[in-house]
Amino acid sequence: MARMAGRRTLRLAAIGTAAGLFSGLFGVGGGILIVPLLVLWCGFGERLATGTSLAAIVIIAAVATAAHGAYGNVHIREGLLVGLPAVAGVLIGTELQARISARSISLLFAAVLGAVAVAMLAGL
Amino acid sequence: MIEAILIGLAAGVVAGLLGVGGGTLFVPALTIGLGLSQLDAEATSLLAIIPVALVGAVRQRAHGNVDVRTGAVLGVVAVAGALAGVAIANAVPQRALEVGFGLFLLFVAWRLVARALRLGGDSEAGAGAGAGERHH
Repeated sequence: MARMAGRRTLRLAAIGTAAGLFSGLFGVGGGILIVPLLVLWCGFGERLATGTSLAAIVIIAAVATAAHGAYGNVHIREGLLVGLPAVAGVLIGTELQARISARSISLLFAAVLGAVAVAMLAGL
Repeated sequence: MIEAILIGLAAGVVAGLLGVGGGTLFVPALTIGLGLSQLDAEATSLLAIIPVALVGAVRQRAHGNVDVRTGAVLGVVAVAGALAGVAIANAVPQRALEVGFGLFLLFVAWRLVARALRLGGDSEAGAGAGAGERHH
């Protein structure tokens, strides 16, 4: 049991590090790695993985915003202009998610992953 | 301006549906829609992500879909990883990073599809906050 808990901690550390690396390297949140790796490595169901990912992203984005803010790169007005409609969107998105199967979430996610991967490989 | 609002709305829907921050859509909304530079757009995108992820997490918590402890651990560890990432970004050619991560994402996508097909529509059965290990 202790060994299992240790392996789980190790996996969480690996996922967090990978998500952070991705975020620091490419300037996006780490959700695109957190969700699939929680599902594949930690046995999380799709819905639990996406909800937990959002909680982690709150912390990651808050720290990163503070760091960027110190350099004066954050535009608050523009951030609100895209962020406020997005808050309405996230309410729609979570309701939508509750109505589709876990398998559909996985397949949709894989499609997005594939698209991002192809864009990265093509150098877009 | 109107396209920035519409892309923001779409980014939010994707964020709620898939549990991501939506940054990949915020950045073009801010550069193309509102004329910010790439660097400023990336920084501002992170600000926009905060309320989106917060509201999404609160909604998902009401559905019982948030493992708060795991989320906190991931968030804190990722901050350390992000600092390392910034250091690596300055030392390794950007192209090598893109190819490496691109291939890794393709691998993850393939594993996700294989798992979904194997488990069928019931892939969430038995999975929960306490499900540490699953072998099939």
